[in-house]
Amino acid sequence: MNSAAVSGKNGSSARIALAPPGKAGDKVFRLLTWLMAMMVLVLLALVGWTLCKGSAPSMTKFGWHFFNRSNWDPVSGDFGALTFIYGTFISSFIGLLIALPLSLATAVYLTELAPGWVRQPAISMIEMLAAIPSVVIGLWGIVVLVPWLRDGPYPLLLKHFAFLRIFGGPTTGFCIFTAAVIIAIMILPIITSISREVLRAVPDSQREAAFALGATRWEVTRLAVLRYSTRGIFGAAMLGLGRALGETMAVTMVIGNADVISTSLLSPGNTLASKIANEYAETSAFSNKGINLSALFELGLMLLLVTVVTNILARLLIGAMGARQTAAT
Amino acid sequence: MNRWYHHWRKIKSSGVSALCLICAVVVIAPLAFVLFDCLKKGASSLDLAFFTQLPNPPGESGGGMANAILGSLTLLGLAGLIGIPVGVLGGIHLSEFGSPRMNWAVRFAADILNGTPSIVWGIVVYALVVLPITGYSAYAAGLALGFMMIPLIIRTTEEMLVLVPNSYREAAFALGIPHWRIVLNIVLKTAGKGIITGILLAAARVAGETAPLLFTALGNDSWSHNLSQPIEALPHKIFIYATSPYGDWVRQAWAGALVLILFVLALNIGVRLMTRGSAPHLAR
Repeated sequence: MNSAAVSGKNGSSARIALAPPGKAGDKVFRLLTWLMAMMVLVLLALVGWTLCKGSAPSMTKFGWHFFNRSNWDPVSGDFGALTFIYGTFISSFIGLLIALPLSLATAVYLTELAPGWVRQPAISMIEMLAAIPSVVIGLWGIVVLVPWLRDGPYPLLLKHFAFLRIFGGPTTGFCIFTAAVIIAIMILPIITSISREVLRAVPDSQREAAFALGATRWEVTRLAVLRYSTRGIFGAAMLGLGRALGETMAVTMVIGNADVISTSLLSPGNTLASKIANEYAETSAFSNKGINLSALFELGLMLLLVTVVTNILARLLIGAMGARQTAAT
Repeated sequence: MNRWYHHWRKIKSSGVSALCLICAVVVIAPLAFVLFDCLKKGASSLDLAFFTQLPNPPGESGGGMANAILGSLTLLGLAGLIGIPVGVLGGIHLSEFGSPRMNWAVRFAADILNGTPSIVWGIVVYALVVLPITGYSAYAAGLALGFMMIPLIIRTTEEMLVLVPNSYREAAFALGIPHWRIVLNIVLKTAGKGIITGILLAAARVAGETAPLLFTALGNDSWSHNLSQPIEALPHKIFIYATSPYGDWVRQAWAGALVLILFVLALNIGVRLMTRGSAPHLAR
């Protein structure tokens, strides 16, 4: 502030240059930026504290039984989260199972095989896919993907693989498997771009050494590149899993939103995120409002914890690889 | 024998290469499908009424999403009011003043917050603001989106500021300019393009968010004159219409999706064109 006053009084630029640097201005500015940087830490603490405080009544009332019972009964105020835990993990796991090989192969193609003129457009397109809002993917899922899966692949699965027991019963297309496909589509870009970073971090000397031994393209990729970057690829998968667990809108729109646990992947279900999203209009409608809301907060707290844990693990794995992490991830 | 094995290895290598190419096509295919369907089903539903009229009651055809579009822009503005100053100033602290230990903590927290599911932001703001203070309101929704912007902007701002050569700062110090003016007038100006890029990308990201709005904005069917009242937003309207049983609503949802996707992609592509060559970190 001091220096501003000085420069304001004297006016001419020559005098500003001669004036000593204002200490007060520096202090104020530094304090201001410090406060703003601290906001991030405060925000993280606030999120954790809010969810813990909100879910306290539910925790004291249900204790550990919240995690191993599956009834969700707003009328009698009795809540258990097992259905949603099951739905979340099974849909995310299958989504990851679909997305990981595809993303990895794409990353290998983009770093090891693709000619230069393909590379940049393909990378841009994958980034565009990442930018499409969740709700638009959900709309596309409802109108295009669900009917297609219901009339095409699902009858075939039911006919030929019914003995596996994971495909059973009549299906409307709104089911856990459809949700898994949607999740896979939504985590493809992030796994691809992180895997690409990881593969790019492999030193060229590794590839050259393998080529010098007479290895083919694929042998170089398998022995020198993939083996070198296993940890980082696990990290990419973890980051994808973190996204999959928290994916809300698109999943809500196609999963069928039924509070049931079924062995069949073709029956509807619910995830932690989709359950919370569905309850937004209903929380005030019941007499057990307080405990209902608290149970929802506990679902949110669980969701926060699993995504935080997967994110930390992912960052440890990727960080160890020396791949550059971009801000967008 | 040996020759055959050699051939087999070559064939296997080509085979895997082809497989990788196919996978790459499969990964890009959903983008093509979604864009194609949005264009096909959305373009035919887009008309002047969509941009100028209020929604009609259920079952009645016609009407538009004018209030949702305006609401989305309002919310983006509110989010920017919170996210941009906090994010940019915080980023300045990380790059210009911060100690290594604090920087690590802030970056770590920002990365965690970036990975937090958007629905969690929704219920947190619901518990913090909606229930005790404002009720469902544009303020609460803007706050939720602003919170989501902070960690995104703080990270990109820092990345951009670090790229500014130290010699610029040293030259300015040698002229006796106060540190805070060096940061604002020289460092920030040099990295300005990159910082704006980060802000626009963060805006594009939150513009399409629906989940945080469920518990904060609630939505309505009329113009929003008062920011302390519920407000409609485009992604939320698309969600309501897409999950409705009315054919005409689903048709309008496609039109909304097309507008939203074009807005988000235009921001993304615009940013990339703007920073081509100058900001390798974000242009990738």
